[in-house]
Amino acid sequence: MAADGYSALHEFWLNLRAIPNHVYRAMFRGGPPKTDRTRSSFIFGNVFLHLHSVRTHLWSLRWSTTMGLGIMTTAAFLITLVTGILLMFYYKPYPDVAYQSIKDIHFIVPTGRFMRNIHRWAANVMVVAVILHMARAFYTASYRKPEEFNWFIGWGLLVTTLGLSFTGYLLPWDQLAYWAITIGANIAQSPREITDALGITAWADIGGFQREILLGSDKVGEEALIRFYLLHVMILPLALVMLMAVHFWRIRKDGGLAKPANADELVAEEAKEFYPVFTDVPTKTYHLAAIVKGKTAAVGSGPEHTVPSMPHLFYAELGVLMLTTLICVGLAFVSDAPLKELANPLVPENPAKAPWYFLGLQEIVSFSAFMGGIGIPMLCVIGLGLIPFLDREKEGTGSWFGGPGGWKLVKWSIVVGFAASIGVEAFAIHFGWLREWFPEIPQLFITFINPGTVLTAIYAAYSIWAVRRYNSTRAGALALFTCFLCGFIVLTVIGTYFRGPNWDFFWSPSDWGGH
Amino acid sequence: MTTHPSEKKSRFDPEPMPRRDFLGLAALGSMAAAFALSIFGMLKLPKAAVSASPAKKFNVALPDTLPEGEAFVPPGRNVAVFRDAEGVFAISTVCTHLGCIVKTSSAGFDCPCHGSGFQKDGTVRKGPAPKAATLAESLKKRGVAHDRRGSER
Repeated sequence: MAADGYSALHEFWLNLRAIPNHVYRAMFRGGPPKTDRTRSSFIFGNVFLHLHSVRTHLWSLRWSTTMGLGIMTTAAFLITLVTGILLMFYYKPYPDVAYQSIKDIHFIVPTGRFMRNIHRWAANVMVVAVILHMARAFYTASYRKPEEFNWFIGWGLLVTTLGLSFTGYLLPWDQLAYWAITIGANIAQSPREITDALGITAWADIGGFQREILLGSDKVGEEALIRFYLLHVMILPLALVMLMAVHFWRIRKDGGLAKPANADELVAEEAKEFYPVFTDVPTKTYHLAAIVKGKTAAVGSGPEHTVPSMPHLFYAELGVLMLTTLICVGLAFVSDAPLKELANPLVPENPAKAPWYFLGLQEIVSFSAFMGGIGIPMLCVIGLGLIPFLDREKEGTGSWFGGPGGWKLVKWSIVVGFAASIGVEAFAIHFGWLREWFPEIPQLFITFINPGTVLTAIYAAYSIWAVRRYNSTRAGALALFTCFLCGFIVLTVIGTYFRGPNWDFFWSPSDWGGH
Repeated sequence: MTTHPSEKKSRFDPEPMPRRDFLGLAALGSMAAAFALSIFGMLKLPKAAVSASPAKKFNVALPDTLPEGEAFVPPGRNVAVFRDAEGVFAISTVCTHLGCIVKTSSAGFDCPCHGSGFQKDGTVRKGPAPKAATLAESLKKRGVAHDRRGSER
């Protein structure tokens, strides 16, 4: 019996009527975020939003700081996630039916073709964005203390993204997929180039073991498809999500995005528009809610040159999300995802080409499977991961092309990077290589002395010169990173546009001729 | 207070390692060992003890009209069969570089994927292929091809 005379039944009725209001208030505990304080609690009271810091420095909000590339990568991933889950309803990971199920998705399932196109384009946008995002972080020297670990995580995200792309285009089980698995698995087997030459394959067959783990068999078949499917829809996405969570959280824990030492002065003019920061008198310290320097809590005044993440940062993020969606949907309207002929183990396509982001790799793999497919990529990947530990300088952190040498060095590195890669390629295409000159030459020579390794050596030598010239490791890193980006572009372009049947050089696909 | 090792300790003396710590460490150690062993055991899962694969032996009927030195590719097989003065021999058409299927040309074999080229006897002519094409074992008797390296699919 309720105290004020109402019967319990009546109270039950009142509670029932009040359910919508109560549910609303349980979900939005702080009420609509109208003041900076409620905006703050809106962020750290929410499991998804609390990866953001409550306040954002004005420097980080400038579009030239990040160009929104990290958010764009995330947005592209979310789009692939949603469309990928939708595709999983119809896709069947088994060689006999995989191709047919993709055809069903493409031609029969309502909106299936659209979803597949968006999935494919978002994946491509993600690869582009992740590479540009890495370049941004590198050229603004954002990997430096205390963000070294986050560069490491980002490095893991790059590798995982490429892994997701690779495992993704295998699933339709068309010609591209089949020969990509075959070549990928044989690249995993390519340490045999070394072990065979040394005559130790019978005792230590690392390559054969790697190939068998990937394929689950000694041939490319149903076990391989299931393995790649599992990697694509389960293992790699889980890894990616976990790494992303750490990546975002670290940004906050490392004190926001990297800023130049004089960032406060640079944004001073912009900051004036935002004062006074707090629209009502705070009742508590903001010590935890924002990054405040000094021993005493700064009660009653906002941290300088920062604005509440809600709404300033969130609007920027949503803007990038919408732009990314627009790009992916737009591309999906004008360009269909390819589906080649059904996988045929007897006849590869001629030329058999990987998607664009692996064509640079295919170009150096065509010099040596081991150095091109494992040796040089491993060197690049390990070198990338170690950058923050090799460059521990301070100059230029947070500003574009910061550090000794600066933009001038980068400009020259672009020249050297393009000239060296075009020169080495032109030489190899015109004059051939060791095998054509000395047919009896042992394989070890070709493995270690081929156009790919020569190009790598030129870049390394140039980078060492830059270290000495500017007396700075950062200068060497700027030179090397720029050169490798240029080499990647040149090799990708050659692989994409200038390689034809039998991987011969052609000035134009119209010269390919019949085959 | 000085204690002699042989002396019976008073109950106020500290034990070398408290019993609880010892038990705790032992528990942690056994847990770590159990995890390590179970992960090691799981690592064996991805590699099957036996894997299904098609027979690597098959019969080939050469066309009677096949000229000497010209390649014959039996339908559905990744192998090229030749007839010459010494008898019949076969070469695997799986490229030794990265496993694409080479096609016959006037110069021998060419690979569509990375530009390897082989002569008619299987030796490398150009490109990245690390070794000569696999030569099947003697076919001089009944025309039975047996791929030694098992790279035939």
